[in-house]
Amino acid sequence: MYLKTIALAGAVALMGSTAFAGGHAACEIGARVSIVGNEFPAIQTVGAGAQECQGAEVTTNLTADHQKINLPGMQGNPAEYTSAIIANSSIVALMNEDVIRPLDDLVAEHGEGLSPNQLITINGQVMAVAFMANAQHLVYRADVLEQVGADAPATYEEMLEIAGKIREAGIMENPVTGAYAAGWNLAQEFNNMFLGYGGTHFKPGSAEPNIATEEGIKTLEMMKALSEYMNPDFLTHDSNAANAEWRAGNAAIMNMWGSRAAVLTDAEGTPQEVIDGTAIGAPMTVGGGTTPASTLWWDGWTVAKNISDEEAEATFIAMTHAIRPDMLNEETSPLAVWLIDGYEPTEKAQGVFAAAQSKTIPYPMLPYMGLLHTALGNELADFMQGKESAEQALKDVEAAYIAAAKEKGFL
Amino acid sequence: MKHKTFFWFFLPTGLAMFLFIALPIVSVVIQSVYAPHEAVIIEVENCGPFGCTTETTIDQDATAAIREAQPLGRFVGLDIYLDRGHLAVNEIREAWATTESWSAFGDVLFNLPFYRAMAFTLTYVFVCTPALIALGLTIALAVNSLHRHLKGLAIFFSLLPMIVTPLIGSLILFWMIDSRGILGNFISYLADDPDLSLKASTPLMWISLIVYGIWSSAPFAFVVFYAGLQTLPQDQIEAAQIDGATRWEQVRYVVIPHLMPLVTFVALIQIMDNFKVLEPIIGFQAQAHATSLSWIIVNDLGGETRQLSAAATTSVMTIIGVAILLSPVLVRTWRDFQKGGH
Repeated sequence: MYLKTIALAGAVALMGSTAFAGGHAACEIGARVSIVGNEFPAIQTVGAGAQECQGAEVTTNLTADHQKINLPGMQGNPAEYTSAIIANSSIVALMNEDVIRPLDDLVAEHGEGLSPNQLITINGQVMAVAFMANAQHLVYRADVLEQVGADAPATYEEMLEIAGKIREAGIMENPVTGAYAAGWNLAQEFNNMFLGYGGTHFKPGSAEPNIATEEGIKTLEMMKALSEYMNPDFLTHDSNAANAEWRAGNAAIMNMWGSRAAVLTDAEGTPQEVIDGTAIGAPMTVGGGTTPASTLWWDGWTVAKNISDEEAEATFIAMTHAIRPDMLNEETSPLAVWLIDGYEPTEKAQGVFAAAQSKTIPYPMLPYMGLLHTALGNELADFMQGKESAEQALKDVEAAYIAAAKEKGFL
Repeated sequence: MKHKTFFWFFLPTGLAMFLFIALPIVSVVIQSVYAPHEAVIIEVENCGPFGCTTETTIDQDATAAIREAQPLGRFVGLDIYLDRGHLAVNEIREAWATTESWSAFGDVLFNLPFYRAMAFTLTYVFVCTPALIALGLTIALAVNSLHRHLKGLAIFFSLLPMIVTPLIGSLILFWMIDSRGILGNFISYLADDPDLSLKASTPLMWISLIVYGIWSSAPFAFVVFYAGLQTLPQDQIEAAQIDGATRWEQVRYVVIPHLMPLVTFVALIQIMDNFKVLEPIIGFQAQAHATSLSWIIVNDLGGETRQLSAAATTSVMTIIGVAILLSPVLVRTWRDFQKGGH
């Protein structure tokens, strides 16, 4: 595997040594700032932080549909959005269309609060500033597992075994849940499992797909086996629905995003046994492999290319202010695994930390990965419903991807 | 009307139609025969919180130069129309040559995105449209025979499904048919099968979508037919009553022929609308079971990498599909018009 990961914990420890003194609390900007991004608590905190700036208007548009609007909103000249909050998957779409600017000069001028490992450099140029890390990992109900005499599963095979025991004991009919909604979520679960089995999405050095392999078939078989223990509506369950199942006490094991696990049981009306029983574990491995069946993510912000230099500067100042070290407090710290100086990991962050330490592979930042992800999301549902074989499903994914990649000029 | 008067009368509408309908269609057609340039890919070192990796990326300078030279992209003719995401001619030719039975051929055919979408869309159009016309007519007749004090209230309630935003309406139903929802639980109780789930079964999902389609569009048919009923010639009804026609015979031989032009109108609008079915598929999160051409367009544009050319191609195919579906009704209207003219 040519991808190399550095343990997040080590990086954070390094960052801690350069604790940053306050004095940056005031934020003065001279031009408009307009932010588009995803909608979850950590990003809302960043958006609110940028809006503390004085001197010009700061607007935010935080929505789950941000990927549909960020590119069109940055292609115009001048661009509507001066900053897009993105992740390692979605920066690719912005890079492909050349709508974000290199930040090296701005980092030199205003980036004193940023630590080097927050800077996302592509071909030697800083293209984004990361502020949080994310990964999917195990979430389990310690009380339910105790009832069937099981420890937290370390592998997906153990997870299946425990799910069987819970069902047999009559505690829960469908003890497993997860974000298996047809589309992006289902494709992401495939990616996790596929990397866990040691698969690589593309033939080395090319845009040719490489998923119709033995690893691909094993991946689908494992996903199918897990789905037998899920609510029959699993193909419509995204992260929100899976979390609702969890809060209702209907499930006992799931693979869930760190950013959501942190606030999983905060919702009003969550039964006490769910609040007390919910525990977080490291991402699981599969098929005897050592690489966790998960992917590492960072979330960060970019600055648009098609805006004036004044607006770019204002955007950089406001966004840097939003992720300044002293924005961390008791309320914001548990919301995410912040990559910000001085962050002390809370107990809820251990899943993401474990993911980074156990050399989980970062989600590939490849120009054509988005097309493969879309193809996976569209074509795997038939297999999950038992309408076609794993071989056929993978063949369909490759065919759909190849048609799209030819259109986009990658093949 | 004099031709000159008509010209000046029609000019603003004509101009607006040209600017906002004709030109965008031309633009969509152009986009569908052009695709983005071949990507110039280079290997670079990327660094981030998790270390450095060598990955491929697009060479922006080289790509910008190519784009400058040919801003539209590369001309691909009908390639995208014929690829797997659309008409899939090669896949079908191959399946025709290799499969031995009709059902095996059908399996391959309906595994292709375009044909899978068409299978659902056409079923939806041809079940929903007649059913909602029949339902709309029934409601109109029922409301029309009510006492005048009750009519206002009845009309309001009959219109509710149309007032509710389609996405919200389908979302509410989506929650109700969830295996833990009120309707989902009730159906699983009726069928005496605790594992029965509407959302996990393709036929039940299709039925849910179709029922939703009829429910949400019937008020439109109702309003049109109800307005039509107000113009019903009373002397004809009285004549029929004197001749001893039953209530059903009055409806069959007097009311329906009177409303026939309106039936054509409703059919026309609803075929067009139903062919572009989208909201219920999104609202019911039914993409694993049912897709439509509009859903394909949304999906092409909603991915992390947007496929503009593919979406444009599907749009053009939607326009062609609507034109084909409407042609019998349009031909009929044209004939009626000519008959009326003589």
